[in-house]
Amino acid sequence: MRFEVGSALSIGAILFTVIIVAAMLIWVERRLLGLWQERLGPNRVGPFGLLQVVADMIKIFTKEDWVPPFADKFSFILAPPIIMVVILLSFSVIPFAPGVGVIDSDIGVLFVLAMASLGAYSVMLGGLSSNNKYALLGSLRAAAQMVSYEVFMGISLLGVVALAGSFNLREIVLAQSDGWFIIPQFVGFVIFLIAGIAESHRLPFDIPEAEQEIVAGYHTEYSGMKFGMFFVGEYLGVVLVSSLLVVLFFGGWLGPGFFPPIVWFVLKTAFFIALFILLRAAIPRPRYDQLMNYGWLFLLPLSLLNLVLTGAYILWQEGI
Amino acid sequence: MLRLIKDTLGSQCVTLWRVFMHAFAKTDTVEYPDVQPQMAARWRGRIILSRDPDGEERCVACNLCAVACPVDCIALQKAEDEEGRWYPEFFRINFSRCIMCGFCEEACPTNAIQLTPDFEMAEYVRQDMVWEKEDLLINGTGKYHDYNFYRIAGKKIAGKDKGEARNEDAPVNLRSLLP
Amino acid sequence: MIFLFYTAAIVALIATIAVIISTNVVHALVYLIISLLSVAVIFFALGAPFAAMLEAIVYAGAIMVLFLFVMMMLNLGQTTQDEEKEWMQPRLWIGPVTLVALLLVQMTNVLLTQDVDLRPIEVGVLEISVLLFGPWLLAVELASMLLLAGLVAAYHLAKK
Repeated sequence: MRFEVGSALSIGAILFTVIIVAAMLIWVERRLLGLWQERLGPNRVGPFGLLQVVADMIKIFTKEDWVPPFADKFSFILAPPIIMVVILLSFSVIPFAPGVGVIDSDIGVLFVLAMASLGAYSVMLGGLSSNNKYALLGSLRAAAQMVSYEVFMGISLLGVVALAGSFNLREIVLAQSDGWFIIPQFVGFVIFLIAGIAESHRLPFDIPEAEQEIVAGYHTEYSGMKFGMFFVGEYLGVVLVSSLLVVLFFGGWLGPGFFPPIVWFVLKTAFFIALFILLRAAIPRPRYDQLMNYGWLFLLPLSLLNLVLTGAYILWQEGI
Repeated sequence: MLRLIKDTLGSQCVTLWRVFMHAFAKTDTVEYPDVQPQMAARWRGRIILSRDPDGEERCVACNLCAVACPVDCIALQKAEDEEGRWYPEFFRINFSRCIMCGFCEEACPTNAIQLTPDFEMAEYVRQDMVWEKEDLLINGTGKYHDYNFYRIAGKKIAGKDKGEARNEDAPVNLRSLLP
Repeated sequence: MIFLFYTAAIVALIATIAVIISTNVVHALVYLIISLLSVAVIFFALGAPFAAMLEAIVYAGAIMVLFLFVMMMLNLGQTTQDEEKEWMQPRLWIGPVTLVALLLVQMTNVLLTQDVDLRPIEVGVLEISVLLFGPWLLAVELASMLLLAGLVAAYHLAKK
C-alpha cells in the first residue's frame, strides 16, 4: 500500500489525525486561554494535563444521552451528525502535502463552500427541533449569520481563484510557488478570516451560542455525545478554516526547506489555530445587528472591490 | 475611510498584541493543594472563641453576635457561675449557614468571637458543619493579646471587688460626708 | 458512474415522495434538501461537477436555509400537522397526479421513440465560463443587473 492521494492509508491517516487534533484542541484551547489570561489551565490529569482530553471524552460518552420529550425527535437526532459529516467531508479536498490528500478535485473550492453552506442545517435543525426559545433564538441568529457570511467567504476566495486560474486547491498551492497569495490578496485574506470565524461561529462571532444572552443557543437542550458532536464539530471547523487559510493564502505545504512539506503545513495551520484561540481570549463579542451591518455594508462592498481590482490586475498583467 | 480602518482593524490588532504579551507574564494561579496560599491576617474565615490572658473564656453571653448575624447561624444560652462571671452554657455556630461576614466580630464587646484566616472546613455530612463550643473555643487570645474584659469592666467577680478594675476609681462611699 | 446515477435517482425519488406525503413541515424540508442533494449527485454523475456544486450551494445551501428560516418564524404546531393530514385525501391529489402522469407518458414516449444521445460529457468549469462570458455575455449581464436591482430594493425595504 503506497502513500498517495486517495489511497486507503492516506484517507485513514487523515481521518484519524483530524479527529484526534480536533479533540486535542479542547485541551490546547484551555491551556492557551490560561496562558493569555495569566492562569494555568488544566494541568492535573497526566503530564501537562494532556490526558484531560481522555477524561473529557470518558465523561461525555458516559453521560445520559437525553432527548427531551417536547423535542422533534427526527430532526433532533439528525442535527448533530450533520456538522461532523459535513466538515469531515470538507477535509477530503484539502491538499495536506504532495501525495497526502483524499481527492484531487477540480472543484475543490466550490466543494468546501457547498459543505459550509450545508453546515448551517445542523445548527438550524438542532435549534428548531429543541422546541426551546433560547435554542430557537440561537438558530435564528445562526441562520442569518451563516447565510450572510457565506457570501463574503465565497467572494473573498474568488480573488485567489482568479490569480491561480483554478478551483483545484492543489493547483492553487502550486500557483503560489513564486509568492504566497497573502501579498496580492491581503484584503481577501482579512475578509476570509473574518468570514471563517463567523462560519465556524467561534468567538468573537459566537452570537448563535452567546452564553451570556441565550444560555447555550442552539445546543441548549443537547447532552451527552450529541452535544459532544457539536463541540468537536466546532473544533473541526477551526482546523478546517485554519488549513484553508494556509492553503489559499500561505502557500500550503510550500516552505523554505528545512522540513518536509507536511511539517510546514502543520506548522502554519497550528499558527492559525493559535490565532483563533487568541481572538477568543482578546476580542469581545459584537452585537447581533452590528455583525450583520458590518457584513453587508462593509465586507460585501470591500470583497466586491477586491475582486474587481484583482481582475483588473490580471488583465493588466496579460497586457490586454 | 482611513479612520474607519484604524478604528476597526487597528484597535483590534492592538488588543490582540496586548493580550498576546500576557503570555510572558507570571501566572496568578496558586496551585492550592500543593502550595498553601498566603492568607491575609484579617481574612474572614473560620470563627473561633478566644480566651482572655488569664485563660478564662472571654464570651459573656451577651447575645450581640447572634443579633448581628444576618443569617441567624449563631445560637447560645447564657449561664452564670458562682463567681458571678457570665458565660455561654452552649455556643453553636452552624457553618453551613455562615456567610463569613464578620458582623459578629464587630458586634462583640469582649473580643471573644473572632474570624481566622483558615478556610479548609469542608465536610461530607451537613450536620458536621454545626460546631459546638468545645470545637470553637481555642486556648489563646486570638488577635488581641492584652485585652481582658473583667479586668476593665466594673463588674464584681471573685478575686476582684468593685473599684479594683484597671483605671477604675474606688466606689464613692454614699454614707460619708467627706469629699 | 451508472451505479451512482441510479442510486442517486432512487434516493431523489423516495425523498421527493416523502416531501409530498410528510405532514411535518420541517421533515418535508429535510427531505427536500436530500432530494436536491441527490439531484446534485446526478449532475455529478452526468459529468457536470460545476452544476452539481452550484446545485448544492445555491439550492440546498442557500434557498432551503431561507425556507427553514421562514418555518422558524411561523410557529407551526400540531394544528398545522392535522390540517396537512386532512389535505391528504385522494380527491385532492388525484388531479395533479393525472396531469403528471400525462407528462411522464410524454417523456417516456420521447425517450423511447427518438434516439437521444445520453452519454455523459465532461463539462468543466472552464467550458462553462467560456460559454457564459462569450456568446451569452448579454444574458449574464442582464441577470446580474436584475439581481443588483433586487439587492438594492431589499436593502431599501430593510432600511425603512
